[in-house]
Amino acid sequence: MKVIKATNLHYKELNQKIYDLIAGGEKHIKVENTYGHRYIGDGLRGTEDVLIEVYGTAGNDLAAFMNGLSIRVYGNAQDGIGNTMNSGKVYVHGDAGDVLFYGMRSGEVYIKGDVGYRVGIHMKEYMDLIPKAVIGGCAGDFFGEYMAGGYLILLGLNAGKNKPVVGDYIATGMHGGKIYIRGKFDSSCLGKETKPFDLDEEDKKIITPLITNFCKEFGYDIKEIMNEKFTKLIPVSKRPYGRHYVPGWHTLTDRKTIMPGSLELNGYPKVRNVRER
Amino acid sequence: MLYQPIVSNYYDFKVVRDQERCIKCQGCVTQCSFDANFWDQDREKIDTIHNKCIGCHRCEALCPTDAISIQHNPSKFRENGYWTKREIRNIYLNAEMGAIGLTGMGNDMTSQPAYFDRILFDACQVTNPSIDPLREPMELTTYIGNRGRQVSLETKAGPLLKLSTPIIFGPMSYGSINLNVQKALAAASKAHGTFWSTGEGGLHRDLYPFGPNTIVQVASGRFGVHEEYLKTGAAIEIKIGQGAKPGIGGHLPGEKVLEDVSKTRMIPLGSDAISPAPHHDIYSIEDLRQLIYALKEATRYEKPVGVKVSAVHNIAAIASGIARAGADIIVVDGYRGGTGATPTIVRDHTGIPIELAIAVVDERLRQEGIRENVGLIAAGGIRSAADALKAIGLGADAVYVSTAALISVGCTLCQQCHTGRCAWGITTNDPYLAKRQNPDIATEQVSNMLRAWEIEMKEVLGSMGLNAIESLRGNKERLRAVGMNEKEMATLGLKLAGEGM
Repeated sequence: MKVIKATNLHYKELNQKIYDLIAGGEKHIKVENTYGHRYIGDGLRGTEDVLIEVYGTAGNDLAAFMNGLSIRVYGNAQDGIGNTMNSGKVYVHGDAGDVLFYGMRSGEVYIKGDVGYRVGIHMKEYMDLIPKAVIGGCAGDFFGEYMAGGYLILLGLNAGKNKPVVGDYIATGMHGGKIYIRGKFDSSCLGKETKPFDLDEEDKKIITPLITNFCKEFGYDIKEIMNEKFTKLIPVSKRPYGRHYVPGWHTLTDRKTIMPGSLELNGYPKVRNVRER
Repeated sequence: MLYQPIVSNYYDFKVVRDQERCIKCQGCVTQCSFDANFWDQDREKIDTIHNKCIGCHRCEALCPTDAISIQHNPSKFRENGYWTKREIRNIYLNAEMGAIGLTGMGNDMTSQPAYFDRILFDACQVTNPSIDPLREPMELTTYIGNRGRQVSLETKAGPLLKLSTPIIFGPMSYGSINLNVQKALAAASKAHGTFWSTGEGGLHRDLYPFGPNTIVQVASGRFGVHEEYLKTGAAIEIKIGQGAKPGIGGHLPGEKVLEDVSKTRMIPLGSDAISPAPHHDIYSIEDLRQLIYALKEATRYEKPVGVKVSAVHNIAAIASGIARAGADIIVVDGYRGGTGATPTIVRDHTGIPIELAIAVVDERLRQEGIRENVGLIAAGGIRSAADALKAIGLGADAVYVSTAALISVGCTLCQQCHTGRCAWGITTNDPYLAKRQNPDIATEQVSNMLRAWEIEMKEVLGSMGLNAIESLRGNKERLRAVGMNEKEMATLGLKLAGEGM
């Protein structure tokens, strides 16, 4: 194990030290006295047994573009955790800021406390690469905005009368992935691209191991957490804006018939192409 | 009730077929990807549904007996000095679908000016002799990046891109164009010591060997962006905006997300690839700085990081902010720039001309003393070596060329890129159509165009008495304006033709 004291170090120097140590094959790095140093773990490649422990407050873009390592933060973290992260694990024993997990593609992030606005924005999945995040506290507005894939679990363990689990505009523009929210929230806060459902067996298979990891890391009782009701949010459509656009007049040259008495969901009469000559 | 959309009565083109010459080979039927030509079994001849023709001239070009001629439909909208065909047809389209009309390629409005055409080069006569580029050395090499404000022997320049010719192939994503065309751009860049940009669709595995000639793009959708991708490219470009659609995000429709595209973009098959219009992590210059340095940290400060923005009204201040945010390269994309798909209304009515944008950006950066800290690239509507030189004269270091590169492999500007049915096999990923582009032939054509432009540039530089492209950069004395008003000339920093030094 190597210890780096971050006091009086610019983030550039700190990250160069971490980079050199990892390039030299170091498996366990302890960074002490972190005061908002940015970009810790940024662009690093390695395996999950390589662990960076951060004591203090980790700065913006923690684990951005990271590929494979593990990071534990004993303290709070700021904005942009897991920005476009490719894989790896991040644990934050505290609160975190805004715009977390932007475009995150895979890996797991666990946050003990609250998170800010625009968390889980544009997370995306591809084949077996599925990003997963568990948040113990509450979240701000635009939770899961533009979400295109992955699992986002919000536990709201410290929610109360004056502290809602989640803010407004939940999952606006969502077109993939799954959001699980524990406890009650105001359904008028839901974005129009998403719909709430109850959990089925498959969902339980997804969330149980993740919440187990969460409890193991932060010392919670899983039974207590699972006792409360969860709501699943999934997108209405994989193509939310499909009907907003038309490819141009050349595609509209087919003859059509109006189907008498039939209406589309939007209230317009149903129209059918009769192109076949 | 049977009815026909009104718009189908007012089509643009007629496929006129000389039945004497037609040998009924049905080549035109297989070539037409818009289903306009068809074989009529009963009449035993080929016929055309004229209103499906989009005027790409593919059938005409490939007809073995030259029997086909694509002609304008003589029947026109009733003439009206105010209500043009464009407006009327758009209303028909709105009425039919209740949706935004999409289009491809760049703004084609004739009513908006092309300042490039109103700028002329100076040439040498008598007292300042011209240079013969055939016999004397002529330098086109350009370095892009942070060159340092004051250069001394100790100056350590930041990471720079070395271009043998000041022309870079602009960003066109895999998905908007196909792999065969991207291969051609990559191979031509390698052959000519310049660069091509991936666009925001990621980098196909087959193209990783071209990494040293590749600019990798990071946009709001983060498609195909991962640590290895960032480290493979020669430079990284953050895309904020696109000249053809300032303020509009990217949107690759689900039906174009086929297997290879999905693999490269790393998104599920058939799901929409939505790039949100704004970067939701960037709301200020400080936020932009955060992303720039996240990318620099990720690549250990070894690669220049650029920012591409659309040319908009406040572009000078925006560019100054970008330079101060730590970017090494600024790309300004003008309103004539092409696109794979955009709402027509945005393409035709948003943004500003690149000529004005580049002039004001260069001027502002010089005034603030930070011009040498960034490379400035002009993009959007560079049609020829002359346009490229004029853009450089107005202050750019280099230019992005995209539409011209597509034209060099057969594009006829039919503006149907967004349909994915490109009959020339360029802006489509349908394997049946995409194989119309042979990567080797396409490489040859793109390389040839680049070579020809290089010769043209040297020729013009020679006539101006300059022996290095560097001497032309921001050298507005070498340009003159015709047909502009005083305000336009002042903004561009140009004198009227006829005014001496």
